Amino acid sequence: MTRDTSGTEAQDLPRRLYADPGLPDRVFRGVARSGGGLVLAVMLLVGGFLLYRAWQALSRAGWSFLTTQAWEPDAGRFGIAAVLVGTVLIALVAVAVAVPLAIGGALYISEYAPPRLRRTLISVVDLMAAVPSVVYGLWGLFFFEGKILPTARWIATYLGWIPLFHVDGADPSDPLAPESVYTSSTLVAGVVVALMVAPIACSVMREVFSQAPVGEREGAYALGATRWGMIRSVVLPFGKGGMIGGTMLGLGRALGETIGVYLIISPVFEIQWHVLQSGASSVAALIALRYGEASEFGMSALMAAGLALFLMTLVVNFAASSIVARSRSGAASE
Amino acid sequence: MTIAPERPAVAEAARSVGERRRSLTLLRATDVYALLGAAAAALSITWLLFARLLPFSGTVGFLVLAYGLFLTLYGLLVSFDENGPAVRDRLAAVVVQSLGLVMVVALAFVVVFTLWEGRRALPHLNFFTQHMAKAGPLDPLSAGGILHAIVGTLEQIAIALALTVPSGMVCAVFLNEVPGRFARFVRTVVEAMTALPSIVAGLFIYATVILALGFDRSGLAASLALAVMMLPIIIRAADVVIRLVPGTLREASYALGTSRWRTVWHVVLPTARSGLTTSVILGTARGVGETSPVLLTAGFTAELNGDPLSGPQVSLPLATFEFVKSPEPTMIARGFGTAAVLMALVLLLFIVARVIGGRGAGRLTKRQEHRRVLASRRDAERFAARAKSEIPMETRSEQ
Repeated sequence: MTRDTSGTEAQDLPRRLYADPGLPDRVFRGVARSGGGLVLAVMLLVGGFLLYRAWQALSRAGWSFLTTQAWEPDAGRFGIAAVLVGTVLIALVAVAVAVPLAIGGALYISEYAPPRLRRTLISVVDLMAAVPSVVYGLWGLFFFEGKILPTARWIATYLGWIPLFHVDGADPSDPLAPESVYTSSTLVAGVVVALMVAPIACSVMREVFSQAPVGEREGAYALGATRWGMIRSVVLPFGKGGMIGGTMLGLGRALGETIGVYLIISPVFEIQWHVLQSGASSVAALIALRYGEASEFGMSALMAAGLALFLMTLVVNFAASSIVARSRSGAASE
Repeated sequence: MTIAPERPAVAEAARSVGERRRSLTLLRATDVYALLGAAAAALSITWLLFARLLPFSGTVGFLVLAYGLFLTLYGLLVSFDENGPAVRDRLAAVVVQSLGLVMVVALAFVVVFTLWEGRRALPHLNFFTQHMAKAGPLDPLSAGGILHAIVGTLEQIAIALALTVPSGMVCAVFLNEVPGRFARFVRTVVEAMTALPSIVAGLFIYATVILALGFDRSGLAASLALAVMMLPIIIRAADVVIRLVPGTLREASYALGTSRWRTVWHVVLPTARSGLTTSVILGTARGVGETSPVLLTAGFTAELNGDPLSGPQVSLPLATFEFVKSPEPTMIARGFGTAAVLMALVLLLFIVARVIGGRGAGRLTKRQEHRRVLASRRDAERFAARAKSEIPMETRSEQ
């Protein structure tokens, strides 16, 4: 018996669980880790190189880079105040148009659509997310800009007392007044960007809505809820994180959109709050517009603007992913 | 004894009531009437306001006002014979369905509009076989074409894929198979990189390859910029697919004593193959359509340049962009034609992705299942044949 107990005592010592993976596995791990490192390196290089190239302009401009509205780098007056405000304004218009559409579309696909139609709709929305942005830009330039004029004019005439909808140089009493004051506006650019953003936001939201727990849905129905009652008390609270995340993701895309905006706006370099008025600006369009004719110092200034855009989208996207990760949404998928 | 006489009575009663088949549909005639009535009333009132009473004009205003009136009237009609929650349910259903409809129709319209506008350029066969070097802006559509842009797009995307597919797959495998703090960090970085504005990717390559290393603008620089943009997209999609591979498959493989890389190579990757293909194709579809990185790095040329290493090279989105900047109607028609070709390419890639992928990891098509059944039947026959040939040997050894 004594021998027995001493035996178990010897066996109870914690064993070393280390297993030698062998050379091939060590190589595999090294290769995999270097693949991860590569992505990290690219990311650091993007930020690092932009900062390195932008340093010349940034050190010359100092803090006035954030407050100056003009863009004349060779004359020493340049800053991103105007383009940054323009970018944010276009993105906000885009989000304001896209988010209701995306929520409606996502709810329709996940809750209302007949099951046979559902798969088709999902493919259609995913396909739309892959449609090149230049196509949306073409649509905005050649179709939408002309069609929105009467509406823009109507809003400016009757709601012009709200500062946001005011248009300088518009004369509502003159029926023959030129309509060129309404074209190329923040609103047109915003709606075009909204159409690009809506499918992406929609597919994120649909994903989350469709994961709402079946048991809770049935519970709501069993308590006598209507379909909308069930959606409001189960699907929407469950999908809140996904809705915020999808919106932020769309906002990130909208901030960085270049070609659609470039084709539509006529650039101005002063802060322009009037969304209906011709003339808007965005950082991405500024870079696409000025890179060709820029001097070395002008290029450095453009790099600084690109760096600001990069940081802004990073912040938005980090916020989006942390909101999605913290919410209950998607808890079932893990 | 007591049950027997009752049975025919019950059956008789049921027959006399008449077992009518009950309708399970949720749609009732009154709903349809309310919907149609509200729509008709809203349209008439809006027409009255727009055409007769008020100085309003514009299609969009008409639609907005009509829709608002429709919602009000529909709510009113339903409230005559339903209670509060039911009215809210109906209204919410109408709003959600119309929002979904608006979104899908608006998106489909953008695509159809481009195809429709491209109808003037597309029927000319020379549009696909010539380049624009000899065609001036005033030339008719029967001269010049976009061969140079098609060649440029194909070459650039091929180089970008050659760079991103291996590195993206290795990184996606790393995220799933070598878990740890570093992998979590890399995953966060990848997620942040998917938001990288495409013009910043172009600017980065412009700053490094063209300004710092001193190369000219070329197709290679453009494909590098595309690769920077596509890499996180591919990694993220592949990461999700690899995560879907059942853990039991991996455990079974490890339990047989296989090493980790063999498990990845022979179990994980083949299981996720269709999904991985989809992720690559989705990344390609995004990369093909990007204009702004190419704008900064590829330069612009009207000539056919098959060499991605030197000289400017144009791609389909960039060609579209340059065409529509011209005021000439023929150039704009060419721009729409180019956009239509680009969209057809994206659509093709997407259909390929749906055909190959669209299934979960490890789920087989009909044909693959059939092949697998045949293979296992062959195995069974082989085993049976071997067993038969081995029996005499065993009996001999026993003797």
